[in-house]
Amino acid sequence: MLDLGLYNYWVVIFLMMTGLYVVISRGNLIKKVIGLNIFQVSVIMFYVSMGKVRGGTAPILAEGIEVYSNPLPHVLMLTAIVVGVATSAVALALIVRIKEAYGTIEEDEIRVVEGEEEAR
Amino acid sequence: MIEAVWALIGDDLPALQIAVPLLAATVCVLVRRPRAAWAVAMLVAWSAFANAAVILHRVLTTGTISYFEGGWPVPWGIELRIDLLNALVLLVVTGICAIVLLAAPRSLAAEVPEEKHYLFYAVYLLCMTGLAGMTVTGDAFNVFVFLEISSLSSYALISQGRTPRALTSAIQYLVMGTLGGTFILLGIGMLYMTTGTLNIVDLASRLAMVGPNRTVLVALACITVGTGIKLALFPLHIWLPNAYTYAPAVVTAFIAATATKVAYYVLVRFVYSIFQVSLAFEVNRLDAVLLPVSIAAMFAGSLVAIYQDDLKRMLAYSSLAQIGYMVLGLALANVNGLTGGLVHIFNHAIMKCGLFLVLAAVLLRTGSTRLSAFAGLGRRMPLTFAAFVVGGLSLIGVPLTVGFVSKWYLVLGALDAGLWPVAVLILASSLLAVVYVWRVVEVGWFAEPPADAPEVAEAPLGLLVPIWILIGATLFFGVFTSLSAGVASAAARMLIGGAA
Repeated sequence: MLDLGLYNYWVVIFLMMTGLYVVISRGNLIKKVIGLNIFQVSVIMFYVSMGKVRGGTAPILAEGIEVYSNPLPHVLMLTAIVVGVATSAVALALIVRIKEAYGTIEEDEIRVVEGEEEAR
Repeated sequence: MIEAVWALIGDDLPALQIAVPLLAATVCVLVRRPRAAWAVAMLVAWSAFANAAVILHRVLTTGTISYFEGGWPVPWGIELRIDLLNALVLLVVTGICAIVLLAAPRSLAAEVPEEKHYLFYAVYLLCMTGLAGMTVTGDAFNVFVFLEISSLSSYALISQGRTPRALTSAIQYLVMGTLGGTFILLGIGMLYMTTGTLNIVDLASRLAMVGPNRTVLVALACITVGTGIKLALFPLHIWLPNAYTYAPAVVTAFIAATATKVAYYVLVRFVYSIFQVSLAFEVNRLDAVLLPVSIAAMFAGSLVAIYQDDLKRMLAYSSLAQIGYMVLGLALANVNGLTGGLVHIFNHAIMKCGLFLVLAAVLLRTGSTRLSAFAGLGRRMPLTFAAFVVGGLSLIGVPLTVGFVSKWYLVLGALDAGLWPVAVLILASSLLAVVYVWRVVEVGWFAEPPADAPEVAEAPLGLLVPIWILIGATLFFGVFTSLSAGVASAAARMLIGGAA
């Protein structure tokens, strides 16, 4: 039962599951961060599409405009985008340090190095 | 003079809890000198603690405080809303922040290069901002924003550990924590969709009118999973043992005592204030999920803790078990059970923070937190080791310690719910704690240190003082429970009564 009137939510769910799958299945840390970004973007799209009113314009005070989209979810997502950028920045900074320390950003190779250190 | 200042800021205390540490963090970056940055952080943290005490006093005498950010009334503006529940959590968070800072300079000197100290204090204050913000806010979206502030700064704090493992632990936590935060955001979005509001009080009344539907159910699921990741509820805990083990010792003491507690507070707030008992437990049966999971956490955490060689990791797994107790209190959904869960926020924070600071002292003196480093420590660092024993007894739940108070209420709650097997399981899991605490006590008191062991002195005062403040508190509040359990049970009655 596919309700195409709600297609935006199907897009959101598809993106979300894609992101989650990438985070879980990929061992490369950069790819993990990309997966996280896709996951976050899906939620941003969820909010933005939720605020859309069919036939509405941008929420600007002007004559003759009666129907406009709900600005609140859109504004909230500005904050969420900032959070997403900050998260990516911290993650990438950590990955740079990991590359310096281990010489690799593949999780399984990092685990091998850690195992060798443990054995010593 | 004092009256003039008081007249100026007296009404803005809730907002100052967020604004002052946030601004002070930038001051720390500007001053650049480690001592000066520490002094700024100390000043801010201790005044925040005093502020929290004043707020708690006010809530106790005059009732819930509602503060409109920027003077905008609800539902348009953002409200800071402090009732008994978050006043208590706020006191715990700021108190732990302040006490851990006492120990920070000595312990950090051994683990973090000195030129990074001022940045450390800046990030520490940012983390405190996020945690305090999550606690005081009355706006659901604000919870997410402050959650991310505290999370991002805690990733940075954890990555400062001595070994490269700290980096991989931090990124593991970052991936898990971002997933958790995003799930919470999604859940809040669904609540906004069904109700059109983000204010917590407003959400509660409108959700009660909307009644059960599938969007609300999915929102509850998303928020439970999201906070479950943040509070490291078994089986969503995999980030926690590594993060606690490889972070600098003071960071572990700080994060173990605050971050998971505030995440637990958020879960309680959403379940009891927004969804409320009828929607969360009667319609959607949240307890059917959380009860088995929390009992599994109690046993899995304690069992794995028994086999750990590194004591930091052992205490991390013990934290998992203690988180299980807290969530169990939430899932019992009666006044005694919830009191047990809430009072355990307070109790577990002081005892676990004390124990992790003991490890910080041992690390400072012996250079290791492995079990072998504890050999003969009962004679070489008697005061430090005695603190460990008292904290350990409290983890087990021996009478006259705070651990007993929590477990007493939890057992009462389980019996009230008619679940006597759960009561038995609580006691049985406490026996596991006896095993892992005893291993350390045995090594510390009865094992001889290896012949080539370097001479070890007692911990410096800078660490002994905070350790014994916290361990003394575990004894004090184990006997005089009116502040901890009194406030917690009043908060539990308020939450179960349905009034947000």
